[in-house]
Amino acid sequence: MTDSKYFTTTKKGEIFELKAELNSDKKEKKKEAVKKVIASMTVGKDVSALFPDVVNCMQTDNLELKKLVYLYLMNYAKSQPDMAIMAVNTFVKDCEDPNPLIRALAVRTMGCIRVDKITEYLCEPLRKCLKDEDPYVRKTAAVCVAKLHDINAQLVEDQGFLDTLKDLISDSNPMVVANAVAALSEIAESHPNSNLLDLNPQSINKLLTALNECTEWGQIFILDCLANYTPRDDRESQSICERVTPRLSHANSAVVLSAVKVLMKFMEMLPKDLDYYGTLLKKLAPPLVTLLSAEPELQYVALRNINLIVQKRPEILKHEMKVFFVKYNDPIYVKLEKLDIMIRLASQANIAQVLAELKEYATEVDVDFVRKAVRAIGRCAIKVEQSAERCVSTLLDLIQTKVNYVVQEAIVVIKDIFRKYPNKYESVIATLCENLDSLDEPEARAAMIWIVGEYAERIDNADELLESFLEGFHDESTQVQLQLLTAIVKLFLKKPTETQELVQQVLSLATQDSDNPDLRDRGYIYWRLLSTDPVAAKEVVLAEKPLISEETDLIEPTLLEELICHIGTLASVYHKPPSAFVEGSRGVMHKRLPARTGSGEGTECPDVGNAAGGSAPEAAPSIIPSQGDLLGDLLNLDLAPPTTPAVLLPLLGGDIGGSPAMGAGFGAAPAVMPASLNAPVGGGLGDLFDLGGGVGMPMGAYIPPKTVWLPAMKAKGLEISGTFARRAGVIQMELVLTNKAMSVMTDFAIQFNRNSFGLAPAGPLQVLTPLGPNQTIEVSLPLSTVGPVMKMDPLNNLQVAVKNNIDVFYFSCQYPISMLFVEDGKMERQVFLATWKDIPNDNESQFQIQDCHLNSEAASNKLQGSNIFTIAKRTVEGQDMLYMSIKLSNGIWVLAELKVQAGNPNYTVSSGTRRDR
Amino acid sequence: MIGGLFIYNHKGEVLISRVYRDDIGRNAVDAFRVNVIHARQQVRSPVTNIARTSFFHVKRSNIWLAAVTKQNVNAAMVFEFLYKMCDVMTAYFGKISEENIKNNFVLIYELLDEILDFGYPQNSETGALKTFITQTGIKSQSKEEQSQITSQVTGQIGWRREGIKYRRNELFLDVLESVNLLMSPQGQVLSAHVSGRVVMKSYLSGMPECKFGMNDKIVIDKQGKGGASEEAAGKSDLGGSGGGGGKQSIAIDDCTFHQCVRLSKFDAERSISFIPPDGECELMRYRTTKDIILPFRVIPLVREVGRTKLEVKVVIKSNFKPSLLAQKIEVRIPTPLNTSGVQVICMKGKAKYKASENAIVWKIKRMAGMKESQISAEIELLPTNDKKKWARPPISMNFEVPFAPSGLKVRYLKVFEPKLNYSDHDVIKWVRYIGRSGIYETRC
Repeated sequence: MTDSKYFTTTKKGEIFELKAELNSDKKEKKKEAVKKVIASMTVGKDVSALFPDVVNCMQTDNLELKKLVYLYLMNYAKSQPDMAIMAVNTFVKDCEDPNPLIRALAVRTMGCIRVDKITEYLCEPLRKCLKDEDPYVRKTAAVCVAKLHDINAQLVEDQGFLDTLKDLISDSNPMVVANAVAALSEIAESHPNSNLLDLNPQSINKLLTALNECTEWGQIFILDCLANYTPRDDRESQSICERVTPRLSHANSAVVLSAVKVLMKFMEMLPKDLDYYGTLLKKLAPPLVTLLSAEPELQYVALRNINLIVQKRPEILKHEMKVFFVKYNDPIYVKLEKLDIMIRLASQANIAQVLAELKEYATEVDVDFVRKAVRAIGRCAIKVEQSAERCVSTLLDLIQTKVNYVVQEAIVVIKDIFRKYPNKYESVIATLCENLDSLDEPEARAAMIWIVGEYAERIDNADELLESFLEGFHDESTQVQLQLLTAIVKLFLKKPTETQELVQQVLSLATQDSDNPDLRDRGYIYWRLLSTDPVAAKEVVLAEKPLISEETDLIEPTLLEELICHIGTLASVYHKPPSAFVEGSRGVMHKRLPARTGSGEGTECPDVGNAAGGSAPEAAPSIIPSQGDLLGDLLNLDLAPPTTPAVLLPLLGGDIGGSPAMGAGFGAAPAVMPASLNAPVGGGLGDLFDLGGGVGMPMGAYIPPKTVWLPAMKAKGLEISGTFARRAGVIQMELVLTNKAMSVMTDFAIQFNRNSFGLAPAGPLQVLTPLGPNQTIEVSLPLSTVGPVMKMDPLNNLQVAVKNNIDVFYFSCQYPISMLFVEDGKMERQVFLATWKDIPNDNESQFQIQDCHLNSEAASNKLQGSNIFTIAKRTVEGQDMLYMSIKLSNGIWVLAELKVQAGNPNYTVSSGTRRDR
Repeated sequence: MIGGLFIYNHKGEVLISRVYRDDIGRNAVDAFRVNVIHARQQVRSPVTNIARTSFFHVKRSNIWLAAVTKQNVNAAMVFEFLYKMCDVMTAYFGKISEENIKNNFVLIYELLDEILDFGYPQNSETGALKTFITQTGIKSQSKEEQSQITSQVTGQIGWRREGIKYRRNELFLDVLESVNLLMSPQGQVLSAHVSGRVVMKSYLSGMPECKFGMNDKIVIDKQGKGGASEEAAGKSDLGGSGGGGGKQSIAIDDCTFHQCVRLSKFDAERSISFIPPDGECELMRYRTTKDIILPFRVIPLVREVGRTKLEVKVVIKSNFKPSLLAQKIEVRIPTPLNTSGVQVICMKGKAKYKASENAIVWKIKRMAGMKESQISAEIELLPTNDKKKWARPPISMNFEVPFAPSGLKVRYLKVFEPKLNYSDHDVIKWVRYIGRSGIYETRC
């Protein structure tokens, strides 16, 4: 007898029939009926009407039937909560069954029923099962805690299940340990600062012991959990690595990748001169290569990860180029990824082989793959200078094949090669020109036109070629039109006598017959340039172009670091941080690589700090006196260089603002600040004290001095300098516009790019009169904070576009964070006290301000001017402790403690923040 | 973690749907069908993100298995789990087909309930599962039996149960290698590697402690320093065959082991010790790239005679001991899409033009070592105005040889069972070497 008959199509009245069968006296018939119900449920039919009848079948000694009924319950209990209660008694009874398989089944199923009333009844059985004598029941109960937490987190905490779960980490059975770790890790994710896992050398040791004994899946849970731990020093780091490396030989690729993650992360902490460091690097290569003999789907995951690893530590796989050669039968997704890695590994040593391969690939069938292969040849040329010539000749060979998309792609990359090595390969232009007619893609046409324009003086019939494009000017895409316009102007400047007609034609096409504003603007600019000052025009249009850089597609370093911490996971497959694709609070915690510690490291090489994301070195919070227990385990950030004042800003860096990652990110935030950032940032806390000024200074917010934001050189004569201020609760951008050009400037307008705090102009830029040559005007632009938000790096970066009758200019500037401090930032004392305690330790930072000769009173007054309010003050052992609050314009509160010792010019600031969910 | 698991037939009809997490709704089932199964173009990635939900899929014949999640799960784990799921299903009811899945849907649900809890994979060893998930339903077990089951499922040796008894203690070792080659038309090796597996079938009583030894260079070199080992001398009977000559030891690039092998011991001493699962298991996988014996050499010669004719000549040479025989030899010579007719002449075996596969397939049943054979073909082409050039796919080859192309040899497999009174000598051991072609291609 087979079960497939249950899938047969239904007829009307089926529900009735099923109902009758479910209530039948015969056991066999009942079971048949339940099977039918489950089959209907699978294909998406609504069989919830049968709820009471199915639940009635629950009390049975037939385990198969029981499981089917449970399956039904899990699906429909939520829609019929009142009826679901009927099942509770059976569950509770089953939890007491002498058979451990039944006890586990009951507790496992109960956790899947998301009905409040049922969860209440679940607590007692769960408590018993967590302490059951049978490990099978305990491992099931451990997962059940995570289920319950997902339904009702408060209940789990109130019932003390978290503590019981923590105890299970020391269980004698490895599978119980693994499941407890998995459950705790998941719960900890939604409480980023709860310190639930409480990883310390002892617990780590327990996990490492269990690692050797549990199932492959359990090993994954444990390794993923280990990866979240930050060892205290390089020695601990090394000893963990030593115990993790055997996992690299596991048959399960996920175990291998998770082990690689732990090693890649902890390796950061090992001194580079250590022998073990080199050994470890060597040990990593073979297992990574072995992953490529897995099934294609896993290969894909492995390759996406290898792509990250190669960017982070190219030395690991630099000799393994061959294994990334594409096989004819590889699925397309594997081929494309391999190609990417090949280019990253290409070097002078292996370039000949790589090129031979790429040429082979360029003759394959899949269009995407072929294009990428051709593009890769171009990238090799740009990356390995010695190979450029060979690459160019390979590309020429490919052009000879006359395969349309190959030719087009080749021309696009040759343009890039010209830009990297100007005046070197122009001999090929003739060949390129032969293929002019076959180009039908905008990118290729634009590239070809660029080449013709750029080398117009060497192409005899450049005017004819460009003219031929001009015929269908209006049918071209914008990209081509713009390129054609520029190319013809270039041609005109190079051969003015023969091409006057052509240039006039294109200028009129662009300015009069086009409704594309970009095209029109560019046309007018050229027109005016050419008519007023041809010499200047030559300087502008034929200016020497900057060379293009070799690696344009590298992942940005901070993102790369975060992704390295997520090796093996979806984030590493998407190459996106989890926050980009995970909803809600889960998994949005930003992970960072640990900083290198250990002997002599600080002096060894300055780039290490940056390479490691400049992560905050964790040091013992030795400056905190006894009452500092409020603050707990602080990060001690002694980042200030000796003479300049420390900066508040980086402390707020990282993730404040619109980013949902705020809560967790704060502790790690200083990572964005390499010490060198101090100088340009301007509006730091130290500045707020205004060292030069005395106590008697007029009250008011600190305003940093004006700096030049846009030099005249870069903006066709317009110079902009400015600063930011907060006056009477309004943020002002104070600009000084100077016209250093020869012509009059009019029609000023300003726009901001999206930024961290949603700053936007509250009104238009008020420049009413035209700005004559050598004239200067000061403008004050009120800003609002309701604009679109996007996290910037650095956080206080603001990208501005200013437009006038000449062109649009772009510049970026940084505003002092203090101008975002709002006037109602004074917190109630009680609230302050409660909030201070509430702030998780991880979110706190501490640093010192040096050489500040103010007493606490004066400091307090001064800070008040900048909306930093002193809530309370007390004196302990000769030190003044000021407790202050700040509220940012986006509603984030920052609390700070300022410690001032009479006679000591150094202040200690501890501050923390918390985001309200 | 995994939020749900769906199984579809080729039409996209859902056969099994099990949801583990509250964030996965019924619409996820349809989203995958619409966006992946019914998508017009070829699958571009095994991971698909649709509306912030990620789908992982694998295909077995025409059945789709998809795991769904909304979290940042361990992607490698999800795929490993899907493969494991396929293994478990195959172990229970054979081939994964629509019919078998429909016939066993109750069993599949039961398995899914057991091996995935709240999306976390649990013990998925078939040996253990079969003790308590049976199609007949567990009848009355004694208390001991129950606790034996649970301790096995959760225990340190989850892959073997206690109290196994055989009258005859026997074990079979298969060294299965697939040799991969990519050769340029000029005969230059572009890449070559062997991926091998050691498959062990054991019928041993009790909880036997086993130790496996092979001619691993690192081990041999280590022993060489301390004088010739007696193991190597004493157990030469297991060594046996070999293709290209008596290589003493081989360099293994990397190896991975079944979870029964004690990895920390391998890491420290490079010794392979384990308690095997009963019956068949894949003890180890390995990869070598150095000194590979390439059993065949393919020499292609393609000449385009005008626009409508191709002349192809292919010579194959066998490169191993003359006393050994290669079997199931097949050479596949691709032909252009616009082929209109083919004439073939071959010295040995049979050759046929298969229009549906766009290839000439040349089959030879047996071929001894150090021989050569040749095929020549004339391919008539239809004139086309297709600008796309023929991509000239590589000539591929299949074969089977009775030796290990990597040169790997089993030196010993020792069995100790301290509790039962049988010794290593009482165990009957068999070793077999099979080398097969993996992707064995020569560009032309």
